[in-house]
Amino acid sequence: MSLEATAHGTHDEHLAHQFEDMPQQNDAYLVGMWAFLVTEIMFFGALFTAYMIYRFTYPHTFLDAHRELDVPLGAINTFVLLTSSLFVALGVRAAQLGNRKGVLLWLSLTLLCAFGFLGIKAVEYSHKFEHNLVPGSNFRYEGKLPTQPDRGLVDTPGVQRGLDAGGPMIGAVRLGSGQMQAQSVQMFFGLYFVMTGLHALHVIVGILVIGFAVLLVARRHKSVQYFMPIELIGLYWHFVDIVWIFLFPLFYLIPQG
Amino acid sequence: MSVQTATPGATEQPRTHYLNAGHTIASWLLTTDHKRIAILYMISITIAFFIGGAAAAMIRIELTSPTGVMLEHETYNKMFSMHGIVMIFLFLIPSIPAVLGNFLIPMMIGAKDLAFPRLNLLSWYLYMAGSILAVVAMITGGVDTGWTFYVPYSSVYANSNVVLVICGAFIVGFSSIATGINFIATIHKMRAPGLTWFRLPLFVWAHYATSIIIVLGTPVVAITLALVAVERLFHIGVFDPAQGGDPVLFQHLFWFYSHPAVYIMILPSMGVVSEMITCFSRRKPFGYNFIAFSSLAIAVFGFLVWGHHMFVSGQSVYLGIVFSVLSFVVAVPSAVKTFNWTATMYKGRIWFTAPMLYALGFIGLFTIGGLTGLFLAAMATDVHLHDTYFVIAHFHYIMVGGAIMGYMGGLHFWWPKMTGRMYPESWAKLAAGITFLGYNLTFFPQFIMGLQGMTRRYHYYPEEFQALNVLSSAGASILAVGYIIPLAYFLWSLWYGKKAGPNPWRAAGLEWMTDSPPITYNFEKTPIVTWEAYEYPENEEDDPLPDLDDEDQLLAVGSGEAPKR
Repeated sequence: MSLEATAHGTHDEHLAHQFEDMPQQNDAYLVGMWAFLVTEIMFFGALFTAYMIYRFTYPHTFLDAHRELDVPLGAINTFVLLTSSLFVALGVRAAQLGNRKGVLLWLSLTLLCAFGFLGIKAVEYSHKFEHNLVPGSNFRYEGKLPTQPDRGLVDTPGVQRGLDAGGPMIGAVRLGSGQMQAQSVQMFFGLYFVMTGLHALHVIVGILVIGFAVLLVARRHKSVQYFMPIELIGLYWHFVDIVWIFLFPLFYLIPQG
Repeated sequence: MSVQTATPGATEQPRTHYLNAGHTIASWLLTTDHKRIAILYMISITIAFFIGGAAAAMIRIELTSPTGVMLEHETYNKMFSMHGIVMIFLFLIPSIPAVLGNFLIPMMIGAKDLAFPRLNLLSWYLYMAGSILAVVAMITGGVDTGWTFYVPYSSVYANSNVVLVICGAFIVGFSSIATGINFIATIHKMRAPGLTWFRLPLFVWAHYATSIIIVLGTPVVAITLALVAVERLFHIGVFDPAQGGDPVLFQHLFWFYSHPAVYIMILPSMGVVSEMITCFSRRKPFGYNFIAFSSLAIAVFGFLVWGHHMFVSGQSVYLGIVFSVLSFVVAVPSAVKTFNWTATMYKGRIWFTAPMLYALGFIGLFTIGGLTGLFLAAMATDVHLHDTYFVIAHFHYIMVGGAIMGYMGGLHFWWPKMTGRMYPESWAKLAAGITFLGYNLTFFPQFIMGLQGMTRRYHYYPEEFQALNVLSSAGASILAVGYIIPLAYFLWSLWYGKKAGPNPWRAAGLEWMTDSPPITYNFEKTPIVTWEAYEYPENEEDDPLPDLDDEDQLLAVGSGEAPKR
């Protein structure tokens, strides 16, 4: 932090009124950002918990259902996102060195990757829509269903899970094993859409934030002549990347067994 | 930090402080001053409190008769849902952190403002947006799910505005998260030189622990409620048993936040009480470190006990035993605090002011609420008491008796600092007494009803409970008087109250070392702290207490300088 030398009491133009000096401001920004990322982790954490529970409840149907996902596209997306994380790191480095053109270049490349990611995601989503794999009344699953039953809500004799042990009821019809499996395939896609959808929402927010930063850097706005905003954006983007690093294996590469 | 001694005949120079720094509406709505934002919060939270209170009044009126007095069944359900949602999400959770915390934390640590003033303003706007959405949705269509939004009722069957109200709660959750992040960054990085962690006021420690809970817990309930909304809208059956989901998962995720949320409500209140007990006992707190660490311990253990809400949900017996034991453990740090307050008062020079009466009331009600919590934490007794009025009484003793007593006491304690005016002390004492009596009369009969088996959420009840219910409703009307009196004299004091000096209570703490009301950036010069927290003089001669009815004395004390050691 080259700005540490700033004399106490002098007015750095980037110093907000509530802080005494630049190191204090930088530290406070970092603490704030990390606290925010903790909330984000807890936000996704609840979804990962739900995923974990249903993954163990319906291991066989999840295994079959995941074959509907496009592993090559997912892998490309992982690669795209990892690359974007590299670009953003280079952008932060350029910001720290005060290299404005470098910041512009690397952040624009990050944006490009982010749009690429969303584009590929859109292609994947549209395939799911075509194959009626979106939960709801039009949901239809034509893939194979496992021969072994899952130890789900239905087939666990003697264990009550807060429901009638005989299995859930719809109207007066008790669901049979097969129907339950179809429901749990729907569960897989439900979780898939909720979790990747929330992740995509974070990518969109990232695009807005990075896009705004690029605009400000290009217009030589004073708030981005100082490296901290870029560094915080970088932290956020790495978080978005890390969430995908977990989502990809969980949904696309479910281990056999 | 000028002390103005009133010279007879001299015209008083109006001082600039945060309240008169700008008079336009924009200067309030676009302010980034933490003190002004605290006032904005105070106004909106007071409105929320009276909306929730009105719903409570309807419930109590309705329950005076075993067959109901005036409400339809559905309207009754909507009333208790509204009461719960408004009181918990819009009043109890934000009350002390957003009003007193916002106002005091920067001043107590000698900072000019919170670390992120614009985020602070945003959090108020989020609070307003979420509250208005939720309240309008509740008034126009209502929700009948209760504040817990239990699935599958909320996600599949309830025929009401669940999604809108959930959106409101979700947005208010973000407001809470923003406040929590702001407090953490502020307390970590903005302390004045010399103000080490163990010189921090206990109020700040309590808010630090609260912020940790907010940051770790609120996102979980946010996503859980979002999943309910998604389930209603897009038929994604994460919780719906008809689609292979598990409603018990909802309860786990919901209570993972909502049990710690109880500590979001009570911990700040404990911080307030610690300040008041030390000030009005004129003593250092007994076991400062224990009180500070017990806040953190409550924050940590608060996350390990959610399963005690689910003893009858079908979770395994062994899980129940674990949660039961862990729930007992939370009683330890709570008891540590209570004993330390008592020990602080022991041999102290107790000064019975209105805030002190609220603090004492807090200790009484919190003790009853805490001890009855043990009945509910024990699995065997909980199976009998589950979803009865015993539970209602227990959590009202904790949340209403504890949190609101703390909030009211805190308002009385810092009112002179916030407004520069004193309120009529005798009226305030009367209000504190009425409130305490009203609480006990309202909620103590509910313990008995619960033990005898009156279940919660029902509109009709067997006739033998009528006497106790009438008693409880009578108590509620006394309680209402106990809230309306302060509203009246607080408003009165803004114009006619005696002027308060910087330190009418002769309290220790940085916030008392600047003007009342404080200037925009709190201190004219950043204070340098060279003393320990709560250094009260030991001898009575060194510490003469002012007569609160004498304005000259009030203005004279509290020189606005650091205590001399």
